[in-house]
Amino acid sequence: MDFVAHHLLTIVLLTPALGALLLLAVPRGALGALRGLANLIGWLGFAVSLPLWFRFQPAGPHFQFRESLAWIPSIGARYSLGLDGISLLLVLLTTLLGAVAITSSWNVTERAKEYYIFFLLLQTGMLGVFLALDLFLFYAFWEAMLVPMYFLIAIWGGPRRLYAAIKFFLYTLVGSVLMLLGILLVYFQHGAPYTFDLEQLMTTPLPAHLQLWAFFAFFLAFAVKVPMVPFHTWLPDAHVEAPTAGSVILAGVLLKMGAYGFLRFSLPLLPEAARDPRVRSLMVALSLIAIVYGGLVSLMQQDMKRLVAYSSVSHMGFITLGIFALNPTGLAGSVIQQVNHGLSTGALFLIVGVLYERRHTRAIADFGGVASVMPRFAVVAMIVVLSSLGLPLLNGFVGEFTILQGAFQEHWSWAAWAVSGIVLAAAYLLWLYQRVFFGTLENRANAHLHDISGREFLMFVPLLAAMFWIGLYPKPLFDVLRQPVTELAQRVRPGWASAGTLATAPPTAPSGGAR
Amino acid sequence: MPFLDTLWLVPLFPACGAFLIGMLGRRFSRRGVTTLCVGMPLAAFLWALGAVRELQHLPGRQFEQVLFAWLPSLTAASHSMGADVGLLLDPLSAVLVLLVTGVGLLIHLYSVGYMAREGGYYRFFGCLNLFLFFMLTLVLANNLLLLFVGWEGVGMCSYLLIGFWFKKHTARTAAMKAFLLNRVGDAGFLLGVLLLLRVFGTVRFTAMTQALTRHAAPVGLITAATLLLFWGVTGKSAQFPLFVWLPDAMEGPTPVSALIHAATMVTAGIYLLCRTHLLFQAAPHTMAVVAAVGAGTSLFAAAVALVQTDIKRVLAFSTISQLGTMFLACGVGAFAAGLFHVVTHAFFKAVLFLGAGSVIHALDGEQDLSRMGGLARFLPITTGCMGVATLAIAGIPPLAGFVSKDQILSAAWQASPWLWAVSWITAGLTALYMFRLYLLTFHGPARWATRHPAQQPHEAPGSMTVPLLILAGLSLVGGGLGWPASLGGANRLAGWLAPVLARTPEAAGSMGLMAVAVLLAMAAAGLAWVVYIRHPQLPRRWAARWPRFNYWLHEGGELDAAYTAVFARGLGKGGGARLARFDDAVVDRTVDLSGAVTRLAAQLAAWWDVWVVDGLWINGLAKLSVLIARPLLLLQSGRLQTYALLMVFGLGTFLLFYLLR
Repeated sequence: MDFVAHHLLTIVLLTPALGALLLLAVPRGALGALRGLANLIGWLGFAVSLPLWFRFQPAGPHFQFRESLAWIPSIGARYSLGLDGISLLLVLLTTLLGAVAITSSWNVTERAKEYYIFFLLLQTGMLGVFLALDLFLFYAFWEAMLVPMYFLIAIWGGPRRLYAAIKFFLYTLVGSVLMLLGILLVYFQHGAPYTFDLEQLMTTPLPAHLQLWAFFAFFLAFAVKVPMVPFHTWLPDAHVEAPTAGSVILAGVLLKMGAYGFLRFSLPLLPEAARDPRVRSLMVALSLIAIVYGGLVSLMQQDMKRLVAYSSVSHMGFITLGIFALNPTGLAGSVIQQVNHGLSTGALFLIVGVLYERRHTRAIADFGGVASVMPRFAVVAMIVVLSSLGLPLLNGFVGEFTILQGAFQEHWSWAAWAVSGIVLAAAYLLWLYQRVFFGTLENRANAHLHDISGREFLMFVPLLAAMFWIGLYPKPLFDVLRQPVTELAQRVRPGWASAGTLATAPPTAPSGGAR
Repeated sequence: MPFLDTLWLVPLFPACGAFLIGMLGRRFSRRGVTTLCVGMPLAAFLWALGAVRELQHLPGRQFEQVLFAWLPSLTAASHSMGADVGLLLDPLSAVLVLLVTGVGLLIHLYSVGYMAREGGYYRFFGCLNLFLFFMLTLVLANNLLLLFVGWEGVGMCSYLLIGFWFKKHTARTAAMKAFLLNRVGDAGFLLGVLLLLRVFGTVRFTAMTQALTRHAAPVGLITAATLLLFWGVTGKSAQFPLFVWLPDAMEGPTPVSALIHAATMVTAGIYLLCRTHLLFQAAPHTMAVVAAVGAGTSLFAAAVALVQTDIKRVLAFSTISQLGTMFLACGVGAFAAGLFHVVTHAFFKAVLFLGAGSVIHALDGEQDLSRMGGLARFLPITTGCMGVATLAIAGIPPLAGFVSKDQILSAAWQASPWLWAVSWITAGLTALYMFRLYLLTFHGPARWATRHPAQQPHEAPGSMTVPLLILAGLSLVGGGLGWPASLGGANRLAGWLAPVLARTPEAAGSMGLMAVAVLLAMAAAGLAWVVYIRHPQLPRRWAARWPRFNYWLHEGGELDAAYTAVFARGLGKGGGARLARFDDAVVDRTVDLSGAVTRLAAQLAAWWDVWVVDGLWINGLAKLSVLIARPLLLLQSGRLQTYALLMVFGLGTFLLFYLLR
């Protein structure tokens, strides 16, 4: 038991990969066994990550469940894992969405064995990114994760899958090569004894101009991944061509890595660059552009997946805005919004997938009146849409409001621009819902669609439950985030403090009193 | 205090109803749905009644209860910004809770009959219960952010219910329009909340009030914040310039129009102003804007109501106009009078909508006033109730509308004779269009035809007439709640509200003002009779004389067309489409272009590699070495004799060299 308790992170990390090994042993033709085993491993992966939530101590040390082993001593790279509030939430999101994505792949029959193996390897890669505290290890996972995703799009994707897969791969690769340069820059500046350990590198004194160079090297990698405008055009293509489960993971988890990269590396390693007013203005401007631009563009999409993809651009704009508000509120909001976006957009892609499996089309114009034949599905879709457009008591509102609050503390106009994204979100999502679900059944092909099955409903249940939970009682999330975001804000902007308010100000005599 | 301590049950009852319907709605029988969904509002009403009775005995008449922390603060030392799930029951929210649950209960009851023949019975009642939950959350919230939860929630329910007949194109368009215009308002609301949070550090009402009494208010910031809140209010409470969604919202079933779009949800704006009246009073400029918007909207909407032909659209514009009157009251500081009008308006406007519903019901869905008339014979109860409500809204004493409107007129007079004049004219127009509606529907010649000639229109079942009668009775005597001192009353409502909202003194010469208003209302009623019964050709002739103006009025000032052109077509579709093309043609093309450039560079490199590196350098060098080697090659013939000869030559040369040295 002790071994388990001390190696929780390794267990969480390796469960999918070991599962992939196990799948290798299953004969190619045994579809049922493959499917059952993959689902089992997927949900087991989620189950083994749950103890993290219960054992995590919000007031404890910054990084918990630490593990550290020498890996390549000659260059100082270590197998070093650890978890703080930020990565805790993202790890749980990853294990949950990973399991849901595998369940949603029930009907994949073509090369199912390879499919599930790639999926499980991808899962380990993503978890590694969130768990690594060693920059070399982080980089290794970051790159390793690309490969299975590439194959998932290129083999099980749509008609233009090769174009999309190569675009995705190259775009991300260009970014990450620059990131490697950034990592090496920090690494060599630190000097002997050479190490890739994040906490030790944070103590490296870096001259301001070098910080700027390193920041932009990291920025490119993360901005492509988020994606920030104008590095976003790989996203619609990748989403449209990827299989449903691929889209779920792509939107739900992969995009978060960019934001996580900013939080875990750019900000703490390069605080001076991050608080540089020029850098910050640029980042905030790009975020606000993404919010409005993504919203407007998604209003006009004819393909459901493209629409959701552009909505992600808009939503991720909120997340980067929260990060570069550089105060605890904005940072916490951005992490919560990352979770929210994973849940809502993941569910939106599942919804598109359910429709696609029945009709083999994603064009909005091919639908209409679906609510009459699939009432249960219509209710689920309504809740997901409302969650994504930020209706209070569902999760989206909690993140968006917290980000707006953080942005407002820095400058009112940031919040004012961002708020227009909330209006646009209502417009494109409700219009989508209206065109797909409402109306009469004009297309006869839709007349006999069967409502969602028990299996399909079950894959929505955990997502819906999480949406309501975060919407109704987000306090535990804030509790685990309070310490890391406060430390982060303090590191980037030492001496930062919010302005005083009337509630905290000492009472003054009412004006106009007798003198 | 068993009821106060479990106050949270009041919103929870309808929430449970909605939840159960949502989970197992289709498995319930109709009777089961009815029992559950009418039972829940009943339980909420009784529970609220118990709580309010207990509140009476509470010192300070204020009860606040924090259930659990919702959104914590990350920067405040206390970890709190007051955004909890907490309830506040004071005289102000007590009035609204009773109103919402009471009127809500009656309208639920009415719907049982009205929706009996419709599909989606359980869906309708589920949404209606959900609406009550959010409305009660809005009213009972102890902080601005939780109020916003209810605020958005009622908007969502309104969306679902306007679009109830989702197969109808107009219904789903109207639903989306309502949600989007409300969202536009809510964006401002949200910014207002953020600004207040910045100023006060809390969104809790009691804490804000406390801070305002202890500190000098930063007037500029508060003005900005209240203006932003009021922007949100113009969305939810259908005021200029965001009111255009309300007339279209009449696409929803009529009970929905009565409950949501007349009696409760649209009055949320007035409740908000009353709840935060200290803030608004600290910002005189905002108050002026509120009064001006209220007065302008009320006059304009009353004029528009005069030329509408759809019975429900008349009532919709009437609602907009009446809400404007309430905002006028708030704008001049008479919050209690505004709230009183909320209450009386809920009574008589509910009757008008439910009455209209029973007319529509009787005529198989006919809504056009020009195809009604002479229905008094067939629908005696409806006619009587509608008559009472018409007298009430027209301001004929001693009905409810007279009393509340009189207080508003009196307050307006004290603020400015101009405001009084506007609301006086509005009152006259109100009497005119309401008697027009009443007379065109129930009197004069019958202009309708039933589907089967033998079938006569008949009165609705008891479940529909009973709520109608109760509400009509309340319209009749509801004025007693706030009967003014000048007429020998005690204005008990204002007294009850006094701990929260200051009483507004009655104007000097209030009897004179009252008389002028009543005379105008009666004159308008007479005019309506002359114009619409005696000489029905007159309105048509007037319309023909000013066709442009008539059209402009009929279209509600053509704001709709302007918004469609600018936002839906221009910014939304035009801008969105252009940006989407830009994204494809420029942003994405750049990516593809950089790919193409890379490929070109790769081809160049390959060419260089083949022809220059490999060709010129490696192969060239090789050729050069061959060239150089060619003469030497002659020596390397491979023949032994040649080598032997060369060896002999060599040796000979050496020998010669040594010998000759």
